Amino acid sequence: MQADVAVIGAGAAGLAAAVAAKKAGAEEVLIIDREEKLGGILPQCIHTGFGLQYFQENLTGPEYALKFIEEARRLGVKSLTNTMVLRLRPGEITAANSQQGIFTVKARAIVFAAGARERPIGAIGVPGTRPAGIYTAGLAQKLMDNYGLLPGREIVVLGSGDVGLIMARRFAMEGAKVKAVVEIMPYPGGLARNVVQCLEDWGIPLLLSHTVTKIHGKNRVEAVTIAKVDDKLRPIPGTERKISCDALVLSVGLIPEIELLEEAGAQLDPHTGGPIVDENMETSLRGVFAAGNAVCIFDSVDNVSITGETAGKAAALHVQQKLQRPAKPIRIAPGRNVRYVVPQLVSGSRSVKIYVRVSKPLRNAAIMLGDKTVRRAPRLTPPEMVTLTLSKTVLEGLEGEVKLNVEGEEG
Amino acid sequence: MKIYDVAIIGAGITGTAIARELSKYKLKTLLIDKEVDIAFGGATKANTGIIHAGYDDPPGSNRAKYCPKGNSLWPKLAKELEIPFKQTSSFVVVFNEEDVKELENLLERGRKNGVPRLEIIHDKKRLAQMEPHLSPRAVAALWAPTAGIISPYEAAIALAENARENGVEIFLETRVERVKVENGEVKGVETSRGFIPAKVVVNAAGLYADEISRTAGVDYFTIHPRKGEYHIYDKRLGHLARRPLFPTPTPISKGIVVTPTVEGNLLIGPNARDISDKEDTSTTREGLDEVMRGAAKLIPGIEKYRRLIIRNFAGLRAEPSTRDFIVEAYDDPRGFINVAGIRSPGLTSAPAIAQAVAEMIAEKELLKLQKKEKFNPYRKAIPRVVEMPPSEANKLIKEKPEYGHIICRCEHVSEGEVIEAIRRGAKTIDGIKFRTRAGMGRCQGGFCTYYVLKILARELGVPEEKVTKRGKGSELFPYKIKELVRRDENAS
Repeated sequence: MQADVAVIGAGAAGLAAAVAAKKAGAEEVLIIDREEKLGGILPQCIHTGFGLQYFQENLTGPEYALKFIEEARRLGVKSLTNTMVLRLRPGEITAANSQQGIFTVKARAIVFAAGARERPIGAIGVPGTRPAGIYTAGLAQKLMDNYGLLPGREIVVLGSGDVGLIMARRFAMEGAKVKAVVEIMPYPGGLARNVVQCLEDWGIPLLLSHTVTKIHGKNRVEAVTIAKVDDKLRPIPGTERKISCDALVLSVGLIPEIELLEEAGAQLDPHTGGPIVDENMETSLRGVFAAGNAVCIFDSVDNVSITGETAGKAAALHVQQKLQRPAKPIRIAPGRNVRYVVPQLVSGSRSVKIYVRVSKPLRNAAIMLGDKTVRRAPRLTPPEMVTLTLSKTVLEGLEGEVKLNVEGEEG
Repeated sequence: MKIYDVAIIGAGITGTAIARELSKYKLKTLLIDKEVDIAFGGATKANTGIIHAGYDDPPGSNRAKYCPKGNSLWPKLAKELEIPFKQTSSFVVVFNEEDVKELENLLERGRKNGVPRLEIIHDKKRLAQMEPHLSPRAVAALWAPTAGIISPYEAAIALAENARENGVEIFLETRVERVKVENGEVKGVETSRGFIPAKVVVNAAGLYADEISRTAGVDYFTIHPRKGEYHIYDKRLGHLARRPLFPTPTPISKGIVVTPTVEGNLLIGPNARDISDKEDTSTTREGLDEVMRGAAKLIPGIEKYRRLIIRNFAGLRAEPSTRDFIVEAYDDPRGFINVAGIRSPGLTSAPAIAQAVAEMIAEKELLKLQKKEKFNPYRKAIPRVVEMPPSEANKLIKEKPEYGHIICRCEHVSEGEVIEAIRRGAKTIDGIKFRTRAGMGRCQGGFCTYYVLKILARELGVPEEKVTKRGKGSELFPYKIKELVRRDENAS
């Protein structure tokens, strides 16, 4: 098979990339996804809150996906579903499906938009047993919202990431009792609006600075022990208490799923866990672009789609040999109070949108690029990413590595 | 009622190896296990997966007798049964000059036990070449070229499949309550499904072997559980060790090991804690930390890769009060054979113990052992489509399109492999995991569980909410949505 632009992943980033590539003049655009249907995780996100920025509408996940899917169809984007990409090299993808077997796609440009996976229980090392009844929030969501199955009737949620908060509400709606949402950090992991709408409105307790220290049960989860943690996040002896439950749902972080890019030799950013990209969302591999949660974990689907759009457009321009690449890119590195910045490389020759995640809640914050203050904000928190447009004037005269620092008062 | 020649209690590595060995003979053999699948109950699915060379067991002991012999049998067996196995060799590492003497002792013990080609590498440069990530503090190592790594659960499954192919019957979800003895002779076993007559009963019941043995009137030993905890890492770190790396052994265990697994992960553990509950496979904070500290002595810096740990687990060794393997046929009751206390190196020893059991049956004239003319020593592994040469893979997919549908993104397992695993007896999510690796990769089933659940429900013809992780009581998604809401409405 052949394509001008091949997009790996048909979620929010991939769909936006395919549409943008087509609009920017790529003739053959092929989108490949391992799932049965297009949309990535959007079809299982039946709650609202999607598209507020992108469409100025409050949509559900399936509705949001459908808008892109319809447009992609209208534009003539081709798709392969139930197809797993096994290997990626610049210009070539190896994939497998039932109809074509193991086959290659020659693609002049590739957009990698494979999304993220959920951190499993083993990665956080909660001691105890490993019975049935431990699920990542996304898995529970898929089984519930796409297949009508419920994981338990008395549930503890570990981690207060957005999926965890959304799922706590879903469980409550279905008549299950959510005994607590337990968060190790002193602040919630998800967006403030989700804390209000998913927990407070439903009377679900959020236990900050707490963690699960043991899982009990042989065949099925019977209880968890929770404890308060100190400022080094270590459980405080004597604060343990046992909560009976039949399911433990984890929302303890997402990890960009970049193994294919890594094997292909793309340079990675240890701060994001994803590839290093420039303002075109191009990776260190020429002609290989990346977008969405495969680059870094975003706070909202709208931002995911925007990066997809950038990547898709750039991929189309690359095919037409019209892509302008940063000649001497400026490297924006995370500095004080900053967990990560994307894109990591900017040209300086045009204004550019960057995404910043701070590492702790800050009041009266000032975001500084080098010694220039680029924005002030009354409050910044890790769950809410900062979207900044760096103007040409701000970038003027910068070269090499420049630190992005955020100054402010903690809390 | 069918009278079996041999009933084997326990479908772990020992029981399945015995079943396969006895399937070479014209015997009516039955393998019984209380769990829903092979190798589900005990140590076989939670151990280090090492085929030991046999240098650290006391000369003259059963362990010293069976381990090197088992080691020599595995390469051929693994080939015949297509069990993932690599003869990687192993190291016992010491960190100061005084301890080199300990290596000499081990070498000497190994020689007495008949372990071939042992060598002490007392050369830092050579050690660094052979194991680039080994601590630079390591001064010497005992090199055992015959040691290797294997997939222990796949080994038991393969042995059971081949035994069945050769006529052995397997009863799962059948709990043996007691061994029936009359006039000093074994008559069979009382089980949760009624009495099963058998002329010879082989007790390979792992942690419960003492309790079974007591029902037969043989009560000179007890088995207590010795817990070992582990961390398993993402395949990205598989390269940190090329072979099992041991510290010097302690009186109760071989110490905390760093080893590659045959599938390419890195495994560290186990510690050793004597406990009292034979069902307690929970991990503990202290234990997991102890394992990490132990491993960091061998591979410094490993503690920095915590985020690449994908799973922690604990296994229980069946530690006998006699401190040695109990492999014995009794005159009273005649027909009763204990294969008990098979702790480490039990996995290594299993094929040798199996041969010994057959020999005891012949020597004691419990049964007449006649070789089958048509014994088939071969078993085919489930085809791994992504590991085949592309032309072969495409031929298979053309024939069976389900092999082209990859449902596990981490380990690249196809739907065809899952269906084949079910055809071979998997009934649960864990059964699929141990047979195909779907769910064993870095996402730990986050993505594929849904597919596996759906395929299991479809192929077994059961509703999705009845699909279990590992048998009754472990239903994965036990309720339908709206079910609880309706219940509440009915109640109010």
